[in-house]
Amino acid sequence: MKQARAIVITGNGTNCEREAAHACRLGGFDEAVIAHISDLLTGNIRLDDFHFLNLTGGFLDGDDLGSAKAQANRLKYARIEGATEHLIDQLSRFIADGKLILGVCNGFQLMVKMGLLPALDESYLEQSVTLTFNDCGRFQDRWVYLKVDPASPSLFTKGVEKGLYLPIRHGEGKLLADSPATLAAIEERHLAVFKYATADYAAASMEFPLNPNGSVHAIAALCNDNGRLMGMMPHPEAFVHRTNHPRWTREELPEEGDGLILFKNAATYVKEKLL
Amino acid sequence: MARRIEVALKDGVRDARGERIKGEVEHFLHLAVAGVKTIDVYTVDALLDDNELRKAAAEPFCDPVIQNWSIDRPQAAGFDFLVEVGFRPGVTDNIGRTAREAIEYITGRPFRDGEGVYTSVQYLLTGKLTREDVERIARDLLCNTLIQRYQILDAGEFAAKGGVPVTVPKVTGETRGRVREINLEISDEELLQISKEGVLALTLEEMKVIQAHFRDPAVVAARQQIGLSSKPTDAELEAIAQTWSEHCKHKIFSGNVEYVDEQGNREQIKSLFKSYIQRTTATVREQLGGRDFCLSVFKDNAGVIKFNDDWSLVFKVETHNSPSALDPYGGALTGIVGVNRDPFGTGKGAQLIFNTDVFCFADPFYAKPLPTRLLHPRRIFEGVVEGVEHGGNKSGIPTVNGSIVFDDRFAGKPLVFCGTAGIMPATINGAPSHEKHINPGDLIVMTGGRIGKDGIHGATFSSEELNENSPVTAVQIGDPITQKRMTDFLLRARDRGLYNFITDNGAGGLSSSVGEMATECGGCRMDLARAPLKYPGLDPWEILISEAQERMSLAVPPQHIDEFLIMAKRFGVEATVLGEFTDSGIFHIVYDERTIAYLPIDFLHEGLPPMELRGVWEVRRHAEPQPEVKADYTGELKSLLGSLNICSKESVVRRYDHEVQGGSVVKPFTGIANDGPSDAAVVRPVLDSFEAVVVAHGICPRYSDIDTYHMTANAIDEGLRNYVAVGGSLELVAGLDNFCWCDPVKSDKTPDGEYKMAQLVRSNKALYDYCTAFGIPLISGKDSMKNDFYDGAVKISIPPSLLFSVIGKIEDARKAVTMDAKRPGDIVYLLGKTANELGGSEYYALKGFIGNKVPQVHAAKALQRYRALHQAITAGVVASCHDLSDGGLAVAAAEKAFAGGYGISLDLTRVLKAGNPAEMTDEVLLFAESASRHLVTVHPEQREAFEAIMSGNCFASVGVVTAEPALSVTGLGGEVVLKGSIDEFKEAWQSPLREL
Repeated sequence: MKQARAIVITGNGTNCEREAAHACRLGGFDEAVIAHISDLLTGNIRLDDFHFLNLTGGFLDGDDLGSAKAQANRLKYARIEGATEHLIDQLSRFIADGKLILGVCNGFQLMVKMGLLPALDESYLEQSVTLTFNDCGRFQDRWVYLKVDPASPSLFTKGVEKGLYLPIRHGEGKLLADSPATLAAIEERHLAVFKYATADYAAASMEFPLNPNGSVHAIAALCNDNGRLMGMMPHPEAFVHRTNHPRWTREELPEEGDGLILFKNAATYVKEKLL
Repeated sequence: MARRIEVALKDGVRDARGERIKGEVEHFLHLAVAGVKTIDVYTVDALLDDNELRKAAAEPFCDPVIQNWSIDRPQAAGFDFLVEVGFRPGVTDNIGRTAREAIEYITGRPFRDGEGVYTSVQYLLTGKLTREDVERIARDLLCNTLIQRYQILDAGEFAAKGGVPVTVPKVTGETRGRVREINLEISDEELLQISKEGVLALTLEEMKVIQAHFRDPAVVAARQQIGLSSKPTDAELEAIAQTWSEHCKHKIFSGNVEYVDEQGNREQIKSLFKSYIQRTTATVREQLGGRDFCLSVFKDNAGVIKFNDDWSLVFKVETHNSPSALDPYGGALTGIVGVNRDPFGTGKGAQLIFNTDVFCFADPFYAKPLPTRLLHPRRIFEGVVEGVEHGGNKSGIPTVNGSIVFDDRFAGKPLVFCGTAGIMPATINGAPSHEKHINPGDLIVMTGGRIGKDGIHGATFSSEELNENSPVTAVQIGDPITQKRMTDFLLRARDRGLYNFITDNGAGGLSSSVGEMATECGGCRMDLARAPLKYPGLDPWEILISEAQERMSLAVPPQHIDEFLIMAKRFGVEATVLGEFTDSGIFHIVYDERTIAYLPIDFLHEGLPPMELRGVWEVRRHAEPQPEVKADYTGELKSLLGSLNICSKESVVRRYDHEVQGGSVVKPFTGIANDGPSDAAVVRPVLDSFEAVVVAHGICPRYSDIDTYHMTANAIDEGLRNYVAVGGSLELVAGLDNFCWCDPVKSDKTPDGEYKMAQLVRSNKALYDYCTAFGIPLISGKDSMKNDFYDGAVKISIPPSLLFSVIGKIEDARKAVTMDAKRPGDIVYLLGKTANELGGSEYYALKGFIGNKVPQVHAAKALQRYRALHQAITAGVVASCHDLSDGGLAVAAAEKAFAGGYGISLDLTRVLKAGNPAEMTDEVLLFAESASRHLVTVHPEQREAFEAIMSGNCFASVGVVTAEPALSVTGLGGEVVLKGSIDEFKEAWQSPLREL
């Protein structure tokens, strides 16, 4: 039987690779490979052999030129050793093949800066939104309530009822769009999958600390038109078991953490549609 | 010609960095400024065509959604003054390095030697400011002139010059390779002068030992054969100074001490380290017998204990005080990434799983004059917090535990303790991972960053007091990303068995790392001309002792070197073969094949005679305040909750990622609103298991003013009771001691050295007494002995401080307990007795007293109670548990209540009391800091089970959790003596440092 295979790219400051791979396995992937970027650039590992790409959290290149900027540049220009193709060619093929990408935190920053999200009308590799410094001016580690948009095309959020409770851990999470038109399109097409919200998930919030960074329209996550590419600032891989929850010692919680559903949906989709 | 690329925010985009600076100018310098905007500047000094330059500016350097870029065209406009801040030549410029790599990806060709990218930041100030104001803003806030330079232009000058002139802070210099010989056949006075001028920190006795070595005819003959004269080279003298520095050699801890107690009894102590610290571990290991879990103690960069059959746990805590005093950001950043390399360089190398940080500062709101050269405590606070934030967060290591201690004497030197734990497979390729060996013939390989003049004399400099002329080069700037790349690579090389030995390059640089490695096999031969340099112009001795960061030294067997080097290149890590290990008995250093150092290993490492020290103890009496009987202590509690040592540090803690790696179980904050202060951290390092690591610490320098013996006893107890409070097991628990002392060697500068030495002896005695009583082996530690400021007029010495870190495990993380009250109706128990022990308390400090009755620790009873408490926690009958420390029962109860969102009502008549009943007052019972106490809540259904498990121990039911959100305490007279809403207590606790 064919295997559902997830890959987590690491190197140059990516930090969440182990827990992301762990979440993929818990979610139902048969295999979750942690691949150093050098494994890809030497051609030892090819994206083509996987179904689900995780671009996960960290500080790529120290966020030295702005979060994830240097990696976006690297992925665009780096050539595969001994081959004519660039890494970006493999990535474009991965998207064209209808496979799944989840960018979390630094991975989300990378996706928007490469122009993989929101990529309106498949305008891949054209940047139209950005993630920049939190309004509070500081890195923040705190938990947030995320109201889901049930009408979003994201295939990761199937079965999410009201929303998820997850941690954010970033200094540059404030989403801004290049124009009101972009923002309007994001809203019309329900691409803002999650919004920072009040504790009952009833209303999106612009209030700190419910909205920890001041994102426009309280946007915490985006997907593309077909819902197969998604990026989010909060960390789903950081809440896969109840003991991850900050109040697990005082609340009755299910064994599984809120974030796991995204990985489960990805695995189910891969098994149903891509194998 | 160098080109300037500027990247500025588009109109209407919020400038968070500028706003922060504006706030700091107003808050910190008390200057009104109307606005601050910022522009990033990249000075590209490389041969690029216009197209390449435009691509660099437009793509990696600029975010098109929010920024505009320009080349050689200034974007600044609408300002009154402009300040541009960049680095001085040779200072690590991390962003510049990343910018250069980005350009190399675009062009597909590497930069040539001498080409580079240099970054600077422009601050555009508007408002009614004078040039003097702007000078102050630049000097005191925007720029640390040790490592940075600035220029100021007003709008007129800017227009006249057509913008900021291009500056390229390139280090220019020739490859020199100069080696000097030093004549030691001189007077004693001149010998001392050599030590002082060279920042060697060697005493006259030590200089004379060196002199004697170079007079030895056998040494002279051997040197002649190799082509060296009888005079030492600069490299040799420097290598000896590094190896013999207090920082590396711990001369005070290994010296001979005569200790005289308050009754005049004399005692001879041969090495505090051997007599107390090592002996503690030996004694405890003997007690443990077959249950001994220590794997590698005191011999490697960090201690190693067993975690389970498959994994070993590694832990080390270091300090980085002196550099943090000079450059708080860079010093602290280097502190954290530096201590990361300790567990990483232990055994065959460990994967890092968490950091811990403890900072000691003076009051950030300090308003009295300070000696020149001392930075304001607020600036040190800001810089240290940010440096450790960047170092920890960027390395992907969660910061899970820590604290901030305030005392104005830390204005002389802040204390920056950084700890890191790691985990490694118990065996790697069939061999125990905590063991490593070097074979003669193994290659000396250095990996990671390049060598520059940064950090020269760091080890010897930190062995002296801070003064006006402390050297600039002693400061390094860390680069977490270079280190992260290196650790990613080396862990993979470890698992492939590509090296035999690994250690970090810290204090003393290659001289220390390779020097120590050479003792493993009996010699080395290293060619410094092969070492990769950041820029030309370093002499061999500088290459040898530079403390440039992010470097590890390895022993790689020749058969693996090709694979090792190829893999390094693919991971973007520089790795260089510098020579080979030998069994010649000689630390042999060459430069381009010419011998520049030829030192017998035995002399280098064993040649130093022990110091002779004296400690004389005296009991110092402090004014004792009169007991105060009041009808109401609510105001006192509020003041205590708002005192710097007790108040919430949430604004700092939230800046540290405490959850990365996915295994966080007990976080720094807990409770109904995620803001109650946890006692300790619980972390699952292996995600498919529920076995978890528990880490905690104790530190209480205030008690040193009374007696360091009890200060130490309380620090150990505090660490352990925090650890026990969350569910830490007493079957597997180890300690780490970090001593930070003021200079305890009597001299003209330190006339009270004998008292300070006695304080150190007493601290060590307590360490032995209490760790053996509690059964805690010490697995590693460090001392920093010169935490004084002295400029010839003003001397500021820190209070003697011991950080006691505790690490161990909890078998099942799902049994962990947090400190917040859980439900109304739960019974509140106080475990342990309360005595009239207000000496050194926060309560007395509030009233301006020290007092004398310092808390005493009764280890045997405490341990028995801790065991019972652990059993109760494991049985699941404890709803919450909080330790009592600063501020005593009142503070602990308030924290437990507001963290849980419920009230608590307490009855002081039910508290178990120790000592003279006549001395028991509401004041004592509320605020005494008697040791070994916990405040526990238990659901009424679990009452019997809890009390059964605790029977035979001192514990009492003292109150109940209430639905009414108020803390209410009934005093000994039956009246309510303290009452307030949990919201007002929480506000008092949260407000002081909320905005920092």
